[in-house]
Amino acid sequence: MIELIDTNSSQIAAEFVRARIRAGSPAMGMVMTLIIVTDEASAHDALDAAKYASHEHPARLLGVILRDPRGPSQVNAQVGMGQGFTGEVAVMRLKGEVVRHCESVVLPLLLPDSPVVAWWPTDAPEDPATDPLGRLAQRRITDAAAATKGKTTALATQCASYAKGNTDLAWTRITPWRALLAAALDQQPLRITHGCVEAERISPSADLLAAWLEDRLHVKVDRRVSAGPGITEVTLDTREGPIGLHREDGKLATLTSPGRPDRPVALKRREVPELLAEELRRLDEDNIYAAAVRRLMKTGADR
Amino acid sequence: MNLNPLRDPQDRRLPRIAGPCGLVIFGVTGDLSRRKVMPAIYDLANRGLLPPGFSLVGFARRDWADQDFEQIVHDSVKAHARTEFREEVWRQLADGFRFVPGDFDDDAAFDALRRTIMELDDTRGTGGNHAFYLAIPPAFFGSVVGQLKKHGLADPGPGSWRRVVIEKPFGHDLESARELNHIVDEVFPSGTVFRIDHYLGKETVQNILAMRFANNLFEPVWNSHYVDHVQITMAEDIGIGGRAGYYDGIGAARDVIQNHLLQLLALVAMEDPIAFDAESLRTEKAKVLESVSLPRRLDLATARGQYVAGWAGGEKVIGFLEEEGIEQSSTTETYAAIKLGVQTRRWAGVPFYLRTGKRLGRRVTEVAVVFKRAPHLPFSATATEELTQNALVIRVQPDEGMTIRFGAKVPGTTMEIRDVNMDFAYGGSFTESSPEAYERLILDVLLGDPPLFPRHEEVELSWQILDPVLDHWARKGRPEPYESGTWGPASADAMLARDGRVWRRP
Repeated sequence: MIELIDTNSSQIAAEFVRARIRAGSPAMGMVMTLIIVTDEASAHDALDAAKYASHEHPARLLGVILRDPRGPSQVNAQVGMGQGFTGEVAVMRLKGEVVRHCESVVLPLLLPDSPVVAWWPTDAPEDPATDPLGRLAQRRITDAAAATKGKTTALATQCASYAKGNTDLAWTRITPWRALLAAALDQQPLRITHGCVEAERISPSADLLAAWLEDRLHVKVDRRVSAGPGITEVTLDTREGPIGLHREDGKLATLTSPGRPDRPVALKRREVPELLAEELRRLDEDNIYAAAVRRLMKTGADR
Repeated sequence: MNLNPLRDPQDRRLPRIAGPCGLVIFGVTGDLSRRKVMPAIYDLANRGLLPPGFSLVGFARRDWADQDFEQIVHDSVKAHARTEFREEVWRQLADGFRFVPGDFDDDAAFDALRRTIMELDDTRGTGGNHAFYLAIPPAFFGSVVGQLKKHGLADPGPGSWRRVVIEKPFGHDLESARELNHIVDEVFPSGTVFRIDHYLGKETVQNILAMRFANNLFEPVWNSHYVDHVQITMAEDIGIGGRAGYYDGIGAARDVIQNHLLQLLALVAMEDPIAFDAESLRTEKAKVLESVSLPRRLDLATARGQYVAGWAGGEKVIGFLEEEGIEQSSTTETYAAIKLGVQTRRWAGVPFYLRTGKRLGRRVTEVAVVFKRAPHLPFSATATEELTQNALVIRVQPDEGMTIRFGAKVPGTTMEIRDVNMDFAYGGSFTESSPEAYERLILDVLLGDPPLFPRHEEVELSWQILDPVLDHWARKGRPEPYESGTWGPASADAMLARDGRVWRRP
């Protein structure tokens, strides 16, 4: 990584080109720009996650670390490429007045004509779609479960400001659960009369899962509290008996369904890099998520 | 009709998980099972694509218990699986392992197999859906398929399915292929027979279709107006290794050209399918294969060779005739090249050169579409001396991707034009995370999704193309020797030189 002190976008862009030539001009197979808005503490993990995801989606990674907005402006950057991942990376530390105009630093560095994704690994703005950096992206990824402040309301905040292109990793986390439940219903197309999702007290994923089930099945889905980890059980009642997916250790679940033997299924809690890779696979609006969010807003208002 | 309220075509995150089912592997001790099939099954389970209750039954002539079989699978997964080993995934799978010992003509063993499958339907909920993977030499297909029929294993009950998976070689000539198809088709209806050509499961091969039919950039030049010729190469740097028993008498043309290379030719040369489904793709592929023609003079338009001792990649290696288990008098070719024509309006006059061989310069599979030279060059002859023909190269393996070769000005004050390459790579590390061909194909078998499997008509058409060449060679004595580690015999170069062309160094 090359350090650039008190720099600007054009110098960073020039460094990208130099780095590419130094590396022997490998093909520019990058498919997107990923803006990572983070603080100093979580920057390292976030970049590692993004590098993992770039194995599947070669990207230009732009880490943006916003510091104290008071005092004179300064942009410092580290630029590099290719060590153990596909693509390029620049980590930019902004302080002073420029913090309020951070999009001016990022805009010139977006790859031409390819998608832009913004990701807030921990605390996200209340309305990502109108955030200066979020506005540059067509896909905005938040993570309600990783919020450091206002954990209980983080998901509700994101739901309230939902706009096309927003998604939350809490939703990504439940894809395997949803897949197994859908597969269970493929095998036994039974009518569901009532449902229940059991999870830790604060679990945005469980809230979304319950909302999704309610939205799709048009039945009441209760949300119960357990000791965790994460989601521990989903039960869908039918006249023939319950279809259940039960997981105590966060790894191996048991699928039960009426008239069938109990079956073990691997259902590991996935780490952020995997979640991010899944999230980047589709860059269009997630309509199913939108419907679950609407449902969650409605039940939230009812309660 | 979609009755499942949890499914929605817009919900593209949800993966396709196969319905309840099991897989029975014949020949579990073989290389194919241990290196490819079993690891692929684990990888599928690890990615959450196998149904809960999925069961794996091994059948072989070994005195094993279920635990011994479990150990074999465990070792093969540990050694060859693409994804990391996770205990919980293993536990999900291992519960469904069963082993049935016996010979292929042993009635008691097949009866035990039937009972095992029924037991699995009961305890694992496989629902009567089972696929039979014949990872065994084709000589045994007849007896195994016959036994499956005899013991009622080939008949699905109501609302369930039975499928059979077979691997190449699909015969050794047209007649034997027909016979083989007949044996299998007699028991399994054609929609339930899955012929695995693992090349078709590769991302790049599927990408040929995406590249050709999802873009507007390439199709206008994809014809005889612009294309000079096409070279399809599959080269291996290894010798036959321990496969003498299989390879001797088969040879490069039957082993590779008949299936992989002709399938690649079909994908490159076919017209647009009306839809991206099995039926439409097969129809178009069959049309191309039907229009393939051989040149009149086979002696001038084909070449074959046998590697002899030499140095390959810095190692001293032995020749084909010195390999263990090969007769001194063997005329089996380890290198084969043929020139084909495609008699359609699009391709008339464009030769397709196919070549494959062992102990060649390096391991590579690629399709190179070589374009005609520009009709007029407004530069001086010296300026374009180093400019050859434009080419579009689809790299199938390794380093999957695409290269476009074109002329560019050499920096400097004089006008000098030279070939440069523009590369698209699936990404250096991307290939790690892209699924193995076998994963894709096994999942497709379990889902009953056949677009990537050649139909028996295609197999027969391919033999129809190859048979005259094989007959010609059979009459012509020994293949020409070529030194290991080189790009094949001199006759192959002469074959292109006659047309005023040269092989690309891939």
